[in-house]
Amino acid sequence: MSFHPNDIARRARIGAILIVVLMTVLLSGFFNTQVLQHERYALQSEENRLREVPLPAPRGIIYDRKNNVIAENLPAYTVSLLSATESALKAELARLGTVIQLTPGDMQGALKRFRREPNRPTVIFPDAAIDVVAVLEEHRIDFPSLIIQSVPKRYYPDGEVVSAFVGYTSEISESELNSERFRNYKMGQQVGKGGLERQYEEILHGTEGMRFVEVDARGRVVNEAGVARPDLVPRPAPPMLTNIDMDLQRYVASVFSDTLMGGVIALDPKTGGVLAIHSGPGYDPNRFTGGIPQDYWTELNTNPKKPLYNKATQGTYPPGSSWKLVDAVIALENGIADFTTRMPQACNGGFAYGNAYFRCWDPRGHGSRDLSGAIEKSCNVYFYQLGLRIGLSRMIAGGIKLGMNERSGLDLPNEKAPRFPYGLDYFNKRYGPRGWTPGSTVINMAIGQGENSQTLASMARFYSAIASDGTAAPPSIARVTPKRERVFSLTPEQIQKLREALGRVVSPTGTAGGSAVPGLFLGGKTGTAQSGKTTPDHAWFIGMAPVHDPRIVVAVMIEYGGHGWQAARVASRVAAKYLNIPHPADRAPMGPAIGDANDGSVLATPVPPAGITATP
Amino acid sequence: MARRIVADYPLVLTALALSLLGSAMVYSAGRTDVPTYVAGLYKPQIVWVILGLLTAYGVSRTSVRLIQWLTVPAYLLSLILLALTLVIGTGAGTAAGTKSWLAIGGVRIGQPAELAKVTVVLMLAQVLAARRESPSSLLDLWKPAIIVAVPWLMIMAQPDLGSGIAFIGIFFAMLYWSGVAWPLLLLLASPAISLVLSFSTGLWGAWFLVLLALVLYYRPFLVEGIVLMLANVATGVVAPVLWEKLKPYQQNRLRVFIDPSFDPKASGYQVIQSKISIGSGGLFGKGFTEGTQKRLAFLPAQHTDFIFAVLGEELGFIGVMFTLTLLTVLLLRATKIAARANDAFGGLVAFGLMASWLVHVIVNVGMTLNLMPITGIPLPFFSYGGSFMLATWLAVGILLRISGEGRGRAGARVN
Repeated sequence: MSFHPNDIARRARIGAILIVVLMTVLLSGFFNTQVLQHERYALQSEENRLREVPLPAPRGIIYDRKNNVIAENLPAYTVSLLSATESALKAELARLGTVIQLTPGDMQGALKRFRREPNRPTVIFPDAAIDVVAVLEEHRIDFPSLIIQSVPKRYYPDGEVVSAFVGYTSEISESELNSERFRNYKMGQQVGKGGLERQYEEILHGTEGMRFVEVDARGRVVNEAGVARPDLVPRPAPPMLTNIDMDLQRYVASVFSDTLMGGVIALDPKTGGVLAIHSGPGYDPNRFTGGIPQDYWTELNTNPKKPLYNKATQGTYPPGSSWKLVDAVIALENGIADFTTRMPQACNGGFAYGNAYFRCWDPRGHGSRDLSGAIEKSCNVYFYQLGLRIGLSRMIAGGIKLGMNERSGLDLPNEKAPRFPYGLDYFNKRYGPRGWTPGSTVINMAIGQGENSQTLASMARFYSAIASDGTAAPPSIARVTPKRERVFSLTPEQIQKLREALGRVVSPTGTAGGSAVPGLFLGGKTGTAQSGKTTPDHAWFIGMAPVHDPRIVVAVMIEYGGHGWQAARVASRVAAKYLNIPHPADRAPMGPAIGDANDGSVLATPVPPAGITATP
Repeated sequence: MARRIVADYPLVLTALALSLLGSAMVYSAGRTDVPTYVAGLYKPQIVWVILGLLTAYGVSRTSVRLIQWLTVPAYLLSLILLALTLVIGTGAGTAAGTKSWLAIGGVRIGQPAELAKVTVVLMLAQVLAARRESPSSLLDLWKPAIIVAVPWLMIMAQPDLGSGIAFIGIFFAMLYWSGVAWPLLLLLASPAISLVLSFSTGLWGAWFLVLLALVLYYRPFLVEGIVLMLANVATGVVAPVLWEKLKPYQQNRLRVFIDPSFDPKASGYQVIQSKISIGSGGLFGKGFTEGTQKRLAFLPAQHTDFIFAVLGEELGFIGVMFTLTLLTVLLLRATKIAARANDAFGGLVAFGLMASWLVHVIVNVGMTLNLMPITGIPLPFFSYGGSFMLATWLAVGILLRISGEGRGRAGARVN
């Protein structure tokens, strides 16, 4: 009988055991998941619901020496999307496209950012226009995974005036991300792209903060700001102090009009501090922030005056007669000449060496002169002979010792090193052992031509050593403790005499006489360097004022500027402005344009036999 | 009336407690940060619980005899409803692609499968109780097999895999209760086992040897034995064909059961999120209505199939232990009622209803931990759904009556 009570009781017992066993298996499963593996699942649950939204730190504000603002931060808006998958992002972008205008470029950019950093919000507009933000805020409810953030945006109040040194910021590029320097950076972050912004990026960028927003399974933001987990507040970078004098910087930019190409560096010779640095023509770094507009980029790149090329730190030019001070220092240091030394052959407009004839810039000749007098008149014939006395080996060794083959150490990225021979071998390699002669080579080098091109920065550094005691600190835009290094060893009297000679250059009898300003006591050296067979010469002037105790060194180089005195006119105005000396050119509202030969100087007419030009 | 029926308090109180907890979880399931239609579902759920209580009370006032008398009409009615559902049924909610709902003029009346679970139990009990001997051969089982097979096939055609599994559980449990020997049950189940094992030739071969030994030991009729072996060979052969016939989502569900990371974004998603919900609940849970997985919609079907994951996340291991204990008490109580039943019919009905709950609990709760494949089976007293709640309390009512009429002490006093 199948339903005997004993059978029933047995079946019930087995059934009960089965129930208890099955439920125990279930319960142990929960024990394993909830107690033993709790940590793991708790973590996964947090990862599920929290998304990190980076909060960019304001970059350090850059000040000049008088606490004028060079670079600051303005509020801007970024628009990003939180998407779990690429297809979700695409769908969301398509939806977004019905509300606002999205170019294919915007979409591609967003997808690229997503693939690189899928866990960060995907930036759609790094710098959204206010009307776009307004439209999106209106449709906020339709786009729950949209994040509109107020972020600091770099702004340079003086724009183009500071383009030579400030650089700009923009989104970090793919290749930068792959480099060692930026290994801690993330896609979508802003990074300094040039100038100070690049040089001091590590100091200026601050510490990014983090906001944790809670999202649901579809990536919709459910709780913003601090509800899920408190924000990590971004730490702004400390302010950055510089040696720049913005009043002077603005003045330099205004004097150095847009039609001119070239550069200016003004230094404080005591500290090496850069008071002003300009490269003309410049560009507006504000237009570079957050992506350069294509038309502006094309315009800058096709401009024959190369606005993106820094003439003060990247351009190398033959120094011309401004090099004659280097000759003088080498001769004095080596005891080859003193200030009274006269050369065997007086200047009668030219100098015969071997079977070549080297002309002086003034065919009338300068007669017999001592070193100071030769500097005053920039007499080529004197320096041809001085060069021969120094000799090529000592000329090259002396130049290297003075650091004329190295970067000046100016704190800007991408400074070019001057082109300067490393030894006699250089010429053997270049021209073959019989392809050149030391004599004519040193004659050429003595007047700053030939195998020698210098940057404005390295020449400014050399002259600032003359303006002090033979030592100079590397030119520095950032306000740092100067590290002075000895450039040459001359007695204070010798240096004083060199400066007196430079003062005579800017006297009625000197080559830059037209730039003399009462009370300014400007001293300096002109240079008119050959640029090519058909193009006008480059104009150099490196000066200091007041010449007996220089407080400013001004180096000016005007590409194709014609004659050195034209650069001297710029330098005299800059130095006068800095020292608060009234300058005649500023008194007349429409001062004579640079290039008007109304100061009595005589333009050199280069006569280059055997490829040689003499320059004042 | 010769006897005064006194309520089976352990059964009623346990069922009430589970219903209260279940309604609370349906309420919590609706508390999401982005509100959905689930937010208001706790209200109808409470109405269904009240209707269920009334049903149970009504049924408990009905004698077992009357219930037995009503069995055949009720069974036929549920067959008609199932047939109707196949013709005019619609899908709904998390099972939108199926035809599980009986709808008239767009108004969903209910899920006939839930009623059928009860009527099939009654009908099986009727047939099995009528026998003087336990079924001792496969041929003896043709009647019960047909009673289950007809509604089962209609339900599988909807398709509603979860209910289908429940029917099979009920069938085997009731055969067991009626005294069918273990080996016979095993032989009966053998084609299904072949179906599963045929995916590995080695395993299938081994199973075949076991089966052969069983057949020799049990010595069924010759024809029976041959048919059985042929059936095993046949299912083994058609298994790959059947696999091909499965819809991709069904295939994926089975694959995901083996390895949830196989398809983490789609089929595996539910299981992964369910485990994260439960695991992140820890010992004490995140607090009632506070579960982030549920709140932020990471947890799918949080008010129906995966409601136990909400419980696990919000009430923690303590809450899970409490709930599973309540369920165990209920199941053991139902088993005891079966053992004390006045006659074979009552005992079979009670055990069948218990088995139906057991299958639902094991498969549903096991599914939330990936111990069982996802089959879309609800959890009694918890998952949202009117027909299911009514059917569950209908079962409680029947159990109450059987308990009241039962022998021995169960709170029932014999006059």
